[in-house]
Amino acid sequence: MSSTSITPIIPAGKKPKKLITTERVVVYSVLTLCALFFLFPLYIMVITSLKDIEAIRSGNIFVPTMHPTFTAWGKAWNSACTGLYCEGIKVGFWNSVRITGPSVIVSIAVASITGYSLANWPFKFSEVFFTILLVSSFIPYVVMLYPLVLITRWLGIFSTLPAVVLVHTIFGLPILTLLFRNYFSSLPQELFKAARVDGAGYWRIFFQVYAPMSVPIFTVAVILQITGIWNDFLFGVIYAGPTNYPMTVQLNNIVNSVQGGKEYNVDMAATILTGIVPLAIYFFSGKYFVRGIAAGAVKG
Amino acid sequence: MMKANSTPSVSVRGLALSYGAVQVLKALDLDIMDGEFLVLLGPSGCGKSTLLNCVAGLLEPSDGSVFIKGKNVTWEEPKDRGIGMVFQSYALYPQMTVERNLSFGLRVSGLPKEEIEKRVKRVGDMLQLGELLQRKPSALSGGQRQRVAIGRALVREVDVFLFDEPLSNLDAKLRAELRVEIKRLHQRLANTMIYVTHDQIEAMTLADRIAVMKGGTIQQLDAPQTIYNKPKNLYVAGFIGSPSMNFLKGKIEGSGTKAVFHLGNQKIPLNDYTPDAPIKPGAAVLGVRPEHIQIDMAATKATSDAYKAVVDLVEPMGSDSLVWLKIDDTLFSARVESNQHFDVGQKVNVRFRIGLASVFDEATGDRL
Repeated sequence: MSSTSITPIIPAGKKPKKLITTERVVVYSVLTLCALFFLFPLYIMVITSLKDIEAIRSGNIFVPTMHPTFTAWGKAWNSACTGLYCEGIKVGFWNSVRITGPSVIVSIAVASITGYSLANWPFKFSEVFFTILLVSSFIPYVVMLYPLVLITRWLGIFSTLPAVVLVHTIFGLPILTLLFRNYFSSLPQELFKAARVDGAGYWRIFFQVYAPMSVPIFTVAVILQITGIWNDFLFGVIYAGPTNYPMTVQLNNIVNSVQGGKEYNVDMAATILTGIVPLAIYFFSGKYFVRGIAAGAVKG
Repeated sequence: MMKANSTPSVSVRGLALSYGAVQVLKALDLDIMDGEFLVLLGPSGCGKSTLLNCVAGLLEPSDGSVFIKGKNVTWEEPKDRGIGMVFQSYALYPQMTVERNLSFGLRVSGLPKEEIEKRVKRVGDMLQLGELLQRKPSALSGGQRQRVAIGRALVREVDVFLFDEPLSNLDAKLRAELRVEIKRLHQRLANTMIYVTHDQIEAMTLADRIAVMKGGTIQQLDAPQTIYNKPKNLYVAGFIGSPSMNFLKGKIEGSGTKAVFHLGNQKIPLNDYTPDAPIKPGAAVLGVRPEHIQIDMAATKATSDAYKAVVDLVEPMGSDSLVWLKIDDTLFSARVESNQHFDVGQKVNVRFRIGLASVFDEATGDRL
């Protein structure tokens, strides 16, 4: 074929502009506003916690102090009063660690194995079981608070660490099981079949074939559980008992117990210390979190 | 070609499987001889993969039994059946290296370390996986992955290999290469192989016998050439062969050697035809493959065995051309050498090689 000569004409359509468009302006304004909405309180908390009480009384709330001090942080951690005791929020911190650790491990262990069973080893009524689990995740917690008090009392563990761990595990199960079941269902069925032909059984397939492939979903589950359980107030205050009160409950006691003047800087420091764990987890694992959520969502 | 000997290696008796009201397999009987390469061929949803999964023990049949080496294994675990299996999606363990993929089953069964190493090395050499042994599956190409998957079945050193559409995920060139490799493997190992595919070329090239399936039943179980030349019914005839067989609707008058097939005004005598069943008058379908129709270059006066036709369309295919012809309103295709030229609308004479054709009863669809 002979090539025909092309007359230089203006290409059809509008040339894409690189200028600032209205859409861009709107999008970025909204995003900035949203960011400010969440960051501004954090800003005030940080600058207030660094002021001494004199600077708070005399100064403007929005203006940072010229002489930042960590005294309030030290007091919040070591000697702030939570009702009767004045040992600071560190007691609550270690209680929260002792509650969160076992709760996260137990709930994820149970949920991942339940999800694996539901996805790959269908038993009679397994669909019914799954439906019950799903529906139960929509029942408000409040309905179950008192029955669980009775149950834990009957078990003889009310007002102890095991009680609060048990409650967190139970309430974590529906959503986590759903998460794991959907993820395992999205893995290729032929892989499961291949492992069975190779002679692997229930546990070996779970631990040696499925678990190593499921790092993203385990990451998501760990993040969900750590942040959820760390932020919990209600179960902690009801089931843990005063000696095991988690950090959130201790924070509430510090902020609400007034001895003399209100120490805003200590309150702010204690609040930041309480919030820093979930904040740090989101900060460092946000990437995996998004990846894991997406991994579970793409297929099945 | 591997000669299959006469004892059945895998037998299936009255095998049925239903999901609720849907019958996927309908009381199947099948014997696969020792050392035989049997291909289960059919469109998707015909039950071929289900049958294979039942033999493997990955699906529980609703009824019937499966025998491997004379032992009833219907309720046996897959690992205890003496089978190795290769899957369409390769199904390699993504977090394990090729070596660990190959040895996984052996490690599960607790074989001594030296024996595992020996077997992995032997299979690695056989499939030229040497350099790939330390790689993860994600670092392999599709063809390499499937070779590893085949290797994983081989290290088990079992009597029966099951292939579930192993080449369907590969591109055409690799598919042809691996097809040859699988055939060579079968010649070398002489194991029983059951191979599921929807690709008739794979079926024709690999199989000792093909089982053509439809709707959970086996339509025909025969050697590839028999299936090609003497398809049992219209379904098998239409499924096998590319380009597919021409079906000319007409009616038979007379019977036995004097039978004549009426196609519109044309009369085609069937004296060359070797029937499976007695030919009786009635509505019938003449099935002729495109390569069994010859075109006379010159449109001379019709002789007794040549029929007037008009060229409707020409499809050049490189090695040969497919010429679509019309007799009255009946359209059919003929395969000619590509150096022959035809114009649309040209009048030609065609000859049907009735000795190689098939005649089907229109009502039942069965070959006469």
